[in-house]
Amino acid sequence: MAVESATIKSNGHEPSYLEYKGKHTGLLGWILSTDHKRIGILYLVSLSIFFLVGVTFGVLMRLELIAPGRTIMDAQTYNSIFTLHGVIMIFLFVVPGLPAVFGNFVLPLLIGAKDVAFPRINLMSWYMYVIGGLLAIVAILLPGGPADTGWTFYIPYSVRTNTNVMFALFAAFILGFSSILTGLNFVTTVHRLRAPGMTWFKMPLSVWSLYSTAWVQVLATPIIGITLLLVAVERWLGVGIFDPALGGDPVLYQHLFWIYSHPAVYIMILPAMGVVSEIIPVFARRTIFGYKFIAFSSIAIALFGSLVWAHHMFTVGMSDTGQFVFSLLTMLVAIPSAIKVFNWVATLYKGSIELATPMLFVLAFIFLFTIGGLTGVMQGILTVDIQVHDTSFIVAHFHYVMFGGTGFGFFAALHYWFPKMFGRMYNRKLAKVAFWFLFVGFNVLYFPMFIMGWLGMPRRYYDYLPEFQPYHFVSTVGSWILVAGLLMMIYNLYHSVKKGQVVTEKNPWGGETLEWQIDTPPIHENFTDIPKIDSDPYQYKMNDDVLEKEEVS
Amino acid sequence: MSSTEHTAETHVHRDDIGSRMGMWLFLFTELILFGGMFLIYSVYRFEYPEAFHLAAKELNTIMGAFNTAVLLTSSMTMALSIVAIQRNQKILSIWLQMITIFLALFFLVNKYFEWTAKFHHGIYPGSEELLSKGSGEILFFGLYYVMTGLHGIHVIVGMVLIGVMTRMTRKDIITKDSYVRLENAGLYWHLVDIIWIFLFPLFYLIT
Amino acid sequence: MEKHDYYHEHSHGYGIYILVWLALMTLTAVTVAVAGMDIDRFTVATALIIASVKAYLVLTIFMHLRSETRNFTVFVIVALLFLGISFVLLFSDYSFH
Repeated sequence: MAVESATIKSNGHEPSYLEYKGKHTGLLGWILSTDHKRIGILYLVSLSIFFLVGVTFGVLMRLELIAPGRTIMDAQTYNSIFTLHGVIMIFLFVVPGLPAVFGNFVLPLLIGAKDVAFPRINLMSWYMYVIGGLLAIVAILLPGGPADTGWTFYIPYSVRTNTNVMFALFAAFILGFSSILTGLNFVTTVHRLRAPGMTWFKMPLSVWSLYSTAWVQVLATPIIGITLLLVAVERWLGVGIFDPALGGDPVLYQHLFWIYSHPAVYIMILPAMGVVSEIIPVFARRTIFGYKFIAFSSIAIALFGSLVWAHHMFTVGMSDTGQFVFSLLTMLVAIPSAIKVFNWVATLYKGSIELATPMLFVLAFIFLFTIGGLTGVMQGILTVDIQVHDTSFIVAHFHYVMFGGTGFGFFAALHYWFPKMFGRMYNRKLAKVAFWFLFVGFNVLYFPMFIMGWLGMPRRYYDYLPEFQPYHFVSTVGSWILVAGLLMMIYNLYHSVKKGQVVTEKNPWGGETLEWQIDTPPIHENFTDIPKIDSDPYQYKMNDDVLEKEEVS
Repeated sequence: MSSTEHTAETHVHRDDIGSRMGMWLFLFTELILFGGMFLIYSVYRFEYPEAFHLAAKELNTIMGAFNTAVLLTSSMTMALSIVAIQRNQKILSIWLQMITIFLALFFLVNKYFEWTAKFHHGIYPGSEELLSKGSGEILFFGLYYVMTGLHGIHVIVGMVLIGVMTRMTRKDIITKDSYVRLENAGLYWHLVDIIWIFLFPLFYLIT
Repeated sequence: MEKHDYYHEHSHGYGIYILVWLALMTLTAVTVAVAGMDIDRFTVATALIIASVKAYLVLTIFMHLRSETRNFTVFVIVALLFLGISFVLLFSDYSFH
């Protein structure tokens, strides 16, 4: 295992968490560890593997779509591939991603704690994650073939198809449980384990984000749990809950499905926004603008996010009143996100910007998320959605927010906390090259989808009219550029874990939050003495200089 | 004092409030798990009021009320078992926990008889008899079996959990000075009771 | 602060639990009786109100919500609000079909 051979000692005294020898050593010392930092790394490793599987399916989809008609696979296979791509990316990468990897690693450090509230439950979360992931993968290999219902498992097809839907349902159920356990762990941790003096408004903003996310994980996930369980029961016992042949209402299924799956997208984006709020002050050398607004907007996003779910259902036959209500609420949910964007940009103003790789990813996030977010508002307008629902426009929208947003946020976090996690630095030049490949590739891949979707290209379609081919061609080429960037980035980071330049200083970036005041990498217990907090986070001297200059002029 | 583990591997410092907080958060997930089905119930009830009314007549109100009483009593005995351990009355606490388990078993046995009686009348998911009825009735029974079935599974889990607590009390792992585990098991049990408190009228009393 | 984390400051006597049990049994009897009466549209509402009172008693006394810090009560309200809002918005569709 890569990290075992990385002989990184912390500065003097105690061994780092990487070297620490507890009750178990070697591989067992990792997979039986309840140390939040090791669990974060375990998640990182398993997550990366599932991410690459998901990327592979995406690449295969784009290969198929480079030309109309059959290119490399038949229609049935295509249906299964986009189902798996969705299930893997959503349940195994974007939803767990930031909380499970960086929330785990960094949350206790940010609040001055030695670990999370329930370390053993934390480990159990990871086990469930892996089991859920394996179940999803196993479904591909069994006879009957992988599910071909789309990741949304809509009734009635999900109770009729003979593919391995049950496996996918159980995988999603177990993954949901993993998410719930992480959520309840983080809520309790934030309430109970903050260092003395760290009041709520002295917490770093990423903690506010992770806290809000954790609540959504706890409250919303059980809804998908019961909904998928009911589909499984219907398939198995023919009970009659949603199946229209037995008197059920398939639209009710959709309501229940989206009552979770919409808040789920806020589980995806909130931690990424937290990362942005962490990174911008460091690389702009400015105190964050509007701390309280950003903090409260995290809570607001979690709250409002639970009110808008049926905007995924504008074309299925809801009542006019329902449509009107959900469209109106959808307009509201954009507001707290916009507040964050304003505050981030205001923080950049007159800052001393350093375009290190984490900052590049964060700036890209702001750009890409804004495009994704604004197109979301567009879709909230009933008349627009009737036109674009189930087209590539939607596909472009959610990739801009989930990938351009959360994905790039994840990469930003990776490049920001990497030195702290591994005591090594990656090749910074290569990291920037990889970034540009990712950024350009991303836009070439997804922007054409806005255009062709607007012109009528349906989503989840294996074949299409010749007029759409130029867009598809460009998009597929974009996927290759993007993948090149991904491979460069992964190579750089993977290689640097073992062979990167050693970092021993506690604070290579000049950050102001607690993780930058402890050893690199941290010792097992994080802090030798729990700190006492008496100042706000992100206090930058530069800030005073800027203000002074303004007063003088 | 096994609840204050200071092994180097884990940093389990003792925090009873935190422990209960975690349990409450877990209970919310259970509440919402069942809540989802209550949402479904309310939509279908709204759409098929007469069918639900008719179907509910097939259920035995007396059995349902009796089972409600059994579960409420078990909730009391569980709560009392905590008072007992707080007062260092170990034997009494163990007895109360065991009575709770027994009452739970009684509940399940009643449920078993209720269900088998239904099966006997040909009313079960997928049966010809049921499928010949209207949508509303099919949905009513679909919901009835799934909701009481899932609730029953939670009763079984609760019994096992309390059984573990009984063993821990016997072995002095749960004591007058350290009983948060018992409290948490109690919280779980009370939630199982609360779910039934709502299930009972919505299925048995809408005749 | 440390000691506070360990013990419940208020530990109830046996009596209160038995009293609550009696109340719960009574309310159960009431709810069965009411179901037998012909009040048509109000059956559901009455049954749910009585069930809510029972649940409230179990929550506050049996589950000690009353003796926990206020945080816990806020949490319960938040969870119930989530369900409540979902219910209301769901019916913004179904009530107007």
